[in-house]
Amino acid sequence: MTAKSDLPQGTLDLLIMKIVALGPVHGYALAQRLQQVSRDVVQAPQGSLYPALHRLENRGLLDAVWKETESGREAKFYRLTKKGRTQLEAETASWQRLTEAVSLILNLSEGGAK
Amino acid sequence: MSWWQRLRQRQKLDEQLEKELRFHIEEHAARLVADGLDPSEARRRARIAVGGPEQVKESCRDARGTRWLEDLWQDLRYALRTIRQRPAFAAVVALTLALGIGSTTLMFTVLNGMLFKPFPYRSPERLLSLQEKTAKATQFGDLWAFAYPNFLDVRSAVRSIEAAAWRFTGGTVSEPGDAEYIQVCEVSAEFLSILGISPAIGRDFTSQEDQAGAAPVALISNSLWKRKFGGREDAIGATLTFNGQQYAIVGVLPASFQLADDSVDLMTLIGQNTQPVMKAREAHPRIGVWARLRDGATVDRARSELAVVASRLAAEYPRSNEGRTFIIDPLRPNTGNAGSTMWLLFGAVILVLLIGCVNIASLLVARASTRGREMAVRVALGAGRARLVRQCLTESIVLGLIGGVLGTLMVFLTLRPFISLWPGSLPRAQEVQIDWRVFAFAISVSLVSGLLFGVVPALRAPARELERSLRAGSRALVGGSRRLQSVLVASELALAVVLLVSAGILGSTFLRLSALDPGVDIHNVLVTRLALSPSVVTDPARIRADWQDILDRARALPGARSVAMVDTVPMREGNNQLGYWTSSALPPRTELPLSLASSVTPDYLNAMGIKLRAGRFFDGNDRMDSQPVIVIDEVLARRAFGDSPAVGKQLWIPDMGSAPQQVIGVVAHVRYWGVDDDDQAQVRAQFYYPFAQVPDRLLRRWSEVMSVAVRTENAPLGIVEPLRRAIRTTARDQVLTEIRTMDQLAEATLARHRFLLVLIGAFAGTALLLACIGIYGVLAFLSRQRVPEFGVRMALGADARDILRLVLRQSVGMIGAGVTIGSLLAYGTERLLQRWVSGVQLGDPVPFVSMVAVLIGAALAASIAPARKASRISPVTALRQE
Repeated sequence: MTAKSDLPQGTLDLLIMKIVALGPVHGYALAQRLQQVSRDVVQAPQGSLYPALHRLENRGLLDAVWKETESGREAKFYRLTKKGRTQLEAETASWQRLTEAVSLILNLSEGGAK
Repeated sequence: MSWWQRLRQRQKLDEQLEKELRFHIEEHAARLVADGLDPSEARRRARIAVGGPEQVKESCRDARGTRWLEDLWQDLRYALRTIRQRPAFAAVVALTLALGIGSTTLMFTVLNGMLFKPFPYRSPERLLSLQEKTAKATQFGDLWAFAYPNFLDVRSAVRSIEAAAWRFTGGTVSEPGDAEYIQVCEVSAEFLSILGISPAIGRDFTSQEDQAGAAPVALISNSLWKRKFGGREDAIGATLTFNGQQYAIVGVLPASFQLADDSVDLMTLIGQNTQPVMKAREAHPRIGVWARLRDGATVDRARSELAVVASRLAAEYPRSNEGRTFIIDPLRPNTGNAGSTMWLLFGAVILVLLIGCVNIASLLVARASTRGREMAVRVALGAGRARLVRQCLTESIVLGLIGGVLGTLMVFLTLRPFISLWPGSLPRAQEVQIDWRVFAFAISVSLVSGLLFGVVPALRAPARELERSLRAGSRALVGGSRRLQSVLVASELALAVVLLVSAGILGSTFLRLSALDPGVDIHNVLVTRLALSPSVVTDPARIRADWQDILDRARALPGARSVAMVDTVPMREGNNQLGYWTSSALPPRTELPLSLASSVTPDYLNAMGIKLRAGRFFDGNDRMDSQPVIVIDEVLARRAFGDSPAVGKQLWIPDMGSAPQQVIGVVAHVRYWGVDDDDQAQVRAQFYYPFAQVPDRLLRRWSEVMSVAVRTENAPLGIVEPLRRAIRTTARDQVLTEIRTMDQLAEATLARHRFLLVLIGAFAGTALLLACIGIYGVLAFLSRQRVPEFGVRMALGADARDILRLVLRQSVGMIGAGVTIGSLLAYGTERLLQRWVSGVQLGDPVPFVSMVAVLIGAALAASIAPARKASRISPVTALRQE
């Protein structure tokens, strides 16, 4: 494993929503996928995944149903609500604006800043 | 899901959370096992990876947003558990609070009904009261009741209001049943409808009936209906004889109806009153005018309309209406000095409540000190300071609410007794009831008291020097709490000083006033109004004969020593003020000095026991055809004639004719305005004139107000029945009303003082007791905490006296601070009392010194026991405690 950096504040919610947007998913699978897609570079702070899920559920951005998994066990599957989808789009857009702005600044040549 | 649902489904949500996490851990563990890990190690890693199941659960619960409620619930249960653990402590606290909150709420209930509630009429906020106002003020001020003709002009000209007139009067109902003197209100036809009241049965007056010459009609009260007609429906249409005139009854008023604060037995129409004075704009019978603002109209609009009418009338009737305007005020209950009485009592009970709260606070501080270790342990286990403060406050608020519930129960039990104890009758007593405002008040007071006594100990929840608290246990905190508790005790004492000094001031005022000579011998005198038979009042000769007959019959009664008639009785409501001058060169009327005037019969001096100072009093020779004579009192003699003898001088009294009045005697001053108020009264001078010299044209009016005074051998009320029988033998419809003894009247003038004194005295006593309990408790606690220190001191050579002195010095410090601050506060309170209670003199040192001495004595006495206990400790045991 390489050195991991912490997730910036608020981005965990965004990542969760993005993954859930791809299709109903339970907590464990979500954790796995989060790790895969971020290629072990970023890791959610320990123990913050479930509180984040419950927070999003309480805010009405996600909803959940109990369903059987492929292995025949009952698990809680999360889905993105309509409200969540709107939120996801808005946050994605603002995230992109932010990262573009940040990279713009970071790519300035040393002399250009003066 | 709303937070409420989330709260209700807490259990289910917890189960699901548990299941979800278990699934996660098991899936993860299964994968780790598949990778070749030992199953138990796999489970351990999975649990760590998820972030510790219990911590994650807590965070998820936080995410629900119902945490505060769950905490509150937990705190409440904890609070109830602590209260149950120490029932004696809780009982003391709850009782102290019940007393404080209960009496505060009781006073609020009365204030609420009496001052804050509007009149019980339809949309009372649109009701107005109208008065006349003159440009120049006289000795009586510049506001006047309406003249009936002015009312008629206002009613027809001002469109934005609907105005109605009313006038109180009284008279004799002679049929049906026994003759009875009743309260009557003459009203204009629209009076009830502007108040939004309709008769319970029958109908209201019509405007056609409200004029001279219309058939006489009347509305009767529910109680007169029951008394005279047995509550039968056929009373409508029946007739009733009032003052010799037959009225057809058209309706019965609702049982709850009261006009302002007076009960009315009969309502007649003011337009049917044909007395000539009703047409006068000057020297007229005073009319009350109320009005309702019409829909869409504004008060400003009404004001400008009134200004127009006023200037038109001023041009039309310059003699009476020059400079006369009409003013509008919102209709408000007039409660006299009952309001200030209530505010004083309210202030006093708030002080008692505050003392109670401080007392409880110091008890809680003492307990918090012993619970210091528990608190420290909680902090060490991760409780935040805010969380601890909240928990402490929850506990004290629960105590506050328990006290509040008990206090409210107390209000239910004491409200009616309190009202019945009120001197005279409580204004608007009907409206003094326990309503939602009272409950809201009780709850707020409970919460505020809970916060008040809870916040000091709660803020002492440990935050610093945690390890010291943990190591040393309870004693570590005592240092700080000693200062805090001294401050609490000192403030308790200060508040107690305020109440004690107030009670002292009231007490010394009451004693001083009771010792004053009222100027009349108040023992064994009966005074009663007497209404002549309506059949005689139209003929002056018959009036004089009838009065003479009554006097003769009364004199003949066994036990009657002397009998006299008088129009205005000292210390009773009603007076007549006339301007006088010492020469015929009279200044303008409004600049004349005023004197009280009473018309009396010759035996008045004997009946009342007033001392003659010079000259003579009236006798049978002072008649209509003889020289007009008066007798003046010492005050008037000094004012008018200085030190020179008054007898033989003359006074010009324009209201009694242009001829001067010969002064034939000087008598002692009578405290006419009551024992308490007379010294401050504006008009103190008095003179008497013979009833025999009242001119014929005024005789009927005078007869309406005359009273009979009887000096008796024995208890004066014993003569009431013989007197009643005696006057009935001349005419069946002659009745006695307002039967009083002079003792009762004199006592009534001090009743408010006595009432305030008794109640504030009781509150002061309670305050003193609480403060003593406070100082005792704190000293006992602090001494217990200092036992090891005392041990060391004794071991180093201090003896019992030194220890005693040490503890007492602490208490003297608290007492000194309390008394100093309390005296400053009391100094301000004295001014308040002086403003609101008649007869209070500023700067009297006696109540101050004596009450402070009582407090210091009691506080020292309360300190002695703990101090002696501390001084008797054996050094060995003391040191062992360390």
